Amino acid sequence: MSDTTHEEHHDGPHASGIWRWLTTTNHKDIGTLYLVFSLIMFLVGGTMALIIRTELFQPGLQLVDPHFFNQMTTMHALVMIFGALMPAFVGLANWQIPLMVGAPDMALPRMNNWSFWILPPAFLLLLATLFMPGGAPAGGWTLYPPLILQTGDAFPFVVFSLHMLGASSILGAINIIVTITNMRAPGMGFMKMPLFVWTWLITAYLLIGAMPVLAGAITMLLTDRYFDTSFFLAAGGGDPVMFQHIFWFFGHPEVYILILPAFGIISQVIPTFSRKPLFGYVSMVIATSAIAFLSYVVWAHHMFTVGMPAAGMLFFMITTMFIAVPTGVKIFNWLATMWRGSISFETPMLFAIAFVILFTIGGFSGLMLALVPADIEYHDTYFVVAHFHYVLVPGAIFGVIAGVYYWLPKWTGHMYDETLGKWHFWLSTIFVNILFFPQHFLGLASMPRRIPDYSIQFTEFNMISTVGAFGFGLSQLLFVWMLVKCVKGGEKASTEVWDDPDGLEWTVPSPAPYHTFETAPKV
Amino acid sequence: MNRSKAHGRWLFLGIAAAALATAGPAAADWALDFPASATELGNKVRGLHHLALIICVVMGIVVFGALGYSLVKFRKSQGAQAAKFSHSTKAEIIWTVIPVLILVGLAIPTARVLVEMEDTQAADLRVKVTGYQWKWRYEYLDHGISFFSNIDDASNAASIRGAGLELHEHYLRDVDKPMVVPVGKKVKLQLTSNDVIHAWWVPEFYVKRDAVPGTINETWFKAEETGTFRGQCAELCGRGHGFMPIVVEVVSQDEFDAWVAGLTAPAEPEAEAAAAASISRTSAAAASGAGAR
Repeated sequence: MSDTTHEEHHDGPHASGIWRWLTTTNHKDIGTLYLVFSLIMFLVGGTMALIIRTELFQPGLQLVDPHFFNQMTTMHALVMIFGALMPAFVGLANWQIPLMVGAPDMALPRMNNWSFWILPPAFLLLLATLFMPGGAPAGGWTLYPPLILQTGDAFPFVVFSLHMLGASSILGAINIIVTITNMRAPGMGFMKMPLFVWTWLITAYLLIGAMPVLAGAITMLLTDRYFDTSFFLAAGGGDPVMFQHIFWFFGHPEVYILILPAFGIISQVIPTFSRKPLFGYVSMVIATSAIAFLSYVVWAHHMFTVGMPAAGMLFFMITTMFIAVPTGVKIFNWLATMWRGSISFETPMLFAIAFVILFTIGGFSGLMLALVPADIEYHDTYFVVAHFHYVLVPGAIFGVIAGVYYWLPKWTGHMYDETLGKWHFWLSTIFVNILFFPQHFLGLASMPRRIPDYSIQFTEFNMISTVGAFGFGLSQLLFVWMLVKCVKGGEKASTEVWDDPDGLEWTVPSPAPYHTFETAPKV
Repeated sequence: MNRSKAHGRWLFLGIAAAALATAGPAAADWALDFPASATELGNKVRGLHHLALIICVVMGIVVFGALGYSLVKFRKSQGAQAAKFSHSTKAEIIWTVIPVLILVGLAIPTARVLVEMEDTQAADLRVKVTGYQWKWRYEYLDHGISFFSNIDDASNAASIRGAGLELHEHYLRDVDKPMVVPVGKKVKLQLTSNDVIHAWWVPEFYVKRDAVPGTINETWFKAEETGTFRGQCAELCGRGHGFMPIVVEVVSQDEFDAWVAGLTAPAEPEAEAAAAASISRTSAAAASGAGAR
């Protein structure tokens, strides 16, 4: 991308070809690597989702064996969470945080290189488990023992691969925290940082708090299986439920790791296309921090059927309900930003508006799920599947897509094809609802999740959902096409790209030169 | 490329529409809501669900209404000029406090139902339920009855990949031996597992509880009407997870006593058969003509 700049040699990549990408310590290169990797994983995980939806098109088993089906649900989740979403956000952080705080690069560039290059071998290993005796893990991404201990030869490889992913995330998080705390341009106090930087700072702390907990949990699984411990084995005096507590102590902050950076992106996009400053900057920061704090005290709401004292359930219900307050504040702030603005509807804004609406729908079902007696009926049904897919697909993934459209001209120096972008938006938005909305009804009608075959009263909504899945999946090919087209060429993007946007990233030329802010800007 | 993709989508929609049309009335069930409850407690849970849903819909109308208004009214293409304001303490306090009040209003009735739900005392009947990969075992602790409950043969045969057999009305939701309980009696379930975690769930009773190895979990239900109630395992438990149905026959006390007598009397084949026949079970295995045994 930056090869077009006719500057001295040391201003461009220090090597060429594959060697450049393997050895790069440049935040823009590494950001690109993360984003491309994430896109590939998004397509891999999406293919798995389509296998699931094809089998569920009608009752009876047509396509796959139940064991393979369970492998698909497990791997789909692991690939999408650890392979698509998290690297996408880290990629955006790599590209944008130095540009947004006026830093020349990330604080720890060599570690940055390493945290990316751990990912491909980790996923190679994880995907290779599909071909091992006994197949890939099939106990669900939540890895609940004793079931997960029935995994075949793949088991230690899964644990090792998750350890590598965790290490990569922790390294990335440390880098982001150090960059943000130490490398801001003079004059940029904490309360002057763009919201995307703020949400990432908080997310990075969540990562550092949560990922080691997962590492501990899976290590105990490993020793239970191979070294005669009984952390989670009832026969040896252990408790399988303890795993669930530990897992969700990681798992719930993880949920917010997947959404907070998207909140940040939306908080950048909406003001730009409303031509109005973000409403309630301070309350946005406080709300994000509050959500992050609460995310550590709600974990057992994933476990209301596991057998807990009523007082415990009440505690987790109330803390969970209270997350609705800061989340509501954010949504109202976005609305107030648009209120009396001067709104235009470029593709990033369209995705941001869809995010606000559809994430809110996911939030509503989340509130319903917090109510223990009702949750006991919703638990482990398609209602839950609909809920978290609303939060993660038109939520987190739309957030990533909005960010990509928003910053793509800055990265490539070309405007993307707006017509293609609009097609991508409308098809994605329509099909994502056809895909996930009927799943609410399936859940209420009592279809459990993670079943490869179902009784016939669930047929109709499953068919509709599958149609939506193929529509949504195929629409993403438009996204890939748009990306390729934009990288190759297109209308030249100006320095500002948009209509007077706020932020340091819009003060450097498009495409952003290989090295930026070698002299710190004044804020 | 765009054209062929659009073509593919229409083709798919067409296939779906055709499939929907041929699925026929037997399968047509466009349920949009929780099932009708067979228990008093279930009605309360269903009421909570409706209360929460209404609150969400009202908040949705307010939020999406304001959003829609902004998108129409404040468009740049209509010449809207952007205002400059960026905060309002009053507005922010209002939209923090109002949700808090709504949540408190929702939490109070919910807590009441929860407390009632967790009260397993004063049960009329105790049944120990043990999950196995992949079947259930019922032990009537007060009667000395114990039996396994497996998926019915017709479902089992039809669920083999590519079997292509006709799927009967209760496909995957029928068993060889149902659990039988008397109507109007508080039945306490003591749940555990022999291997991995399972979850016992009958949607119309609004009861779902995990069966965890090494632990006894307690829950209860009191069915208010007789009939056949169907559910299935709700916690992923391996390859047979989708094939672990639960059927509960709720019968009158007399029929229940006869059923118990039939199973506890010294092995008297006719008595057992008569007792089994006295339970009116719409056995899909028989209905579908599979005649498995």
